[in-house]
Amino acid sequence: MIVRILGEGQYELPANYHDHLAELDEELAKAIEANDEAAFSATLDALIHEIKSAGTPVELDRFIPSNMILPSLDTPLFEVKELLDEGTIGEQG
Amino acid sequence: MLFVGCLLEGRLPTLSALPHDGGTRLMSVMKRLSGILQAKANKVLDKAEDPRETLDLSYEKQLEQLQQVRRSVADVATARKRIELQAQQLQQSAAKLQEQARQAMSQGREDLAREALQRRAGIANQLQDLETQHQQVAAQEQKLIATTQRLQAQVESFRTQKETIKATYTAAKAQSTIDETLSGISEEMSDAGLALQRAKDKVENMQARAGAVDELLASGALTDLTQPVDSIQAELDKTSTNAQVEAELAQLKAEQLGTAPPAGALSAPTPPPEQDQQQEAPQTGGNPA
Repeated sequence: MIVRILGEGQYELPANYHDHLAELDEELAKAIEANDEAAFSATLDALIHEIKSAGTPVELDRFIPSNMILPSLDTPLFEVKELLDEGTIGEQG
Repeated sequence: MLFVGCLLEGRLPTLSALPHDGGTRLMSVMKRLSGILQAKANKVLDKAEDPRETLDLSYEKQLEQLQQVRRSVADVATARKRIELQAQQLQQSAAKLQEQARQAMSQGREDLAREALQRRAGIANQLQDLETQHQQVAAQEQKLIATTQRLQAQVESFRTQKETIKATYTAAKAQSTIDETLSGISEEMSDAGLALQRAKDKVENMQARAGAVDELLASGALTDLTQPVDSIQAELDKTSTNAQVEAELAQLKAEQLGTAPPAGALSAPTPPPEQDQQQEAPQTGGNPA
């Protein structure tokens, strides 16, 4: 499983890690939905920590699409919302 | 919930893996982002009929983007330096106003001294704002430099790889390799594209703010005591900084007299003696038995 952290690069994780990441991912979605800045950055922090400690960085000369993508550590909530909204608006427009 | 599902339906195979749990679960943020980035990546690619040509076109685009990121690093550095210069100018203005306040007091012009201290307090706010901006822009610069380094390394290895792929190309065999490589490289470029966009937004924002500070400095509103500060903001600043100004005035007064100010002398006038006695009476009496 390949996960990209925006602005940092990709990490390869064992496939059995998927469920654990999915839990945190759902917490992240809840935090965004609730507009909870503190919960959002705490969860993002936890996710990135997990990915970096359990995964190995993908070499720069290996070009492969990611299965999942995560914002970088210090991304404020509003920027992530903008990015997610961009996806929706882009299609409607 | 509907974000990427409708956005990319039928275009990207990975999205069939998105969870559809009847709305009880929120859609994965990480997969939504992945879909959005891949949609961007599809736009980045100029698909040619011959996949080998697509490889070449992608390489051209990558080189172009590397140039853009380098320019952006230079822009962000310029914005940072401008903030540093302005901070210096503001610090000089603050020092000058402090001196003017001192002079005004020695001439018995408390009104002018007050005005000078108020303006100096305004500058302190501006400086604080600049400090925040400086931190942001410096962080942005570091990120962009990292992006440049990564892109640089990737451009080189992509060039080698695409030549290898082209040399061993047979339509049936190479297609999947090319597809994966192209998806990977275009995702990489979309990521860098986002970093570029962020940097561009930040620099524009900085420039607008810096322009305002420049105007303020150029108008002399911060340093010229003959020009009244009459904007609403200045009035607001006055209100919020009044207490501090009073305290500083008291200190200046004390310096003039060579003594420390009596505690609370300016903030709370001493009540008349009669009032004191009236207030004291019920306290000493306690509760009536």
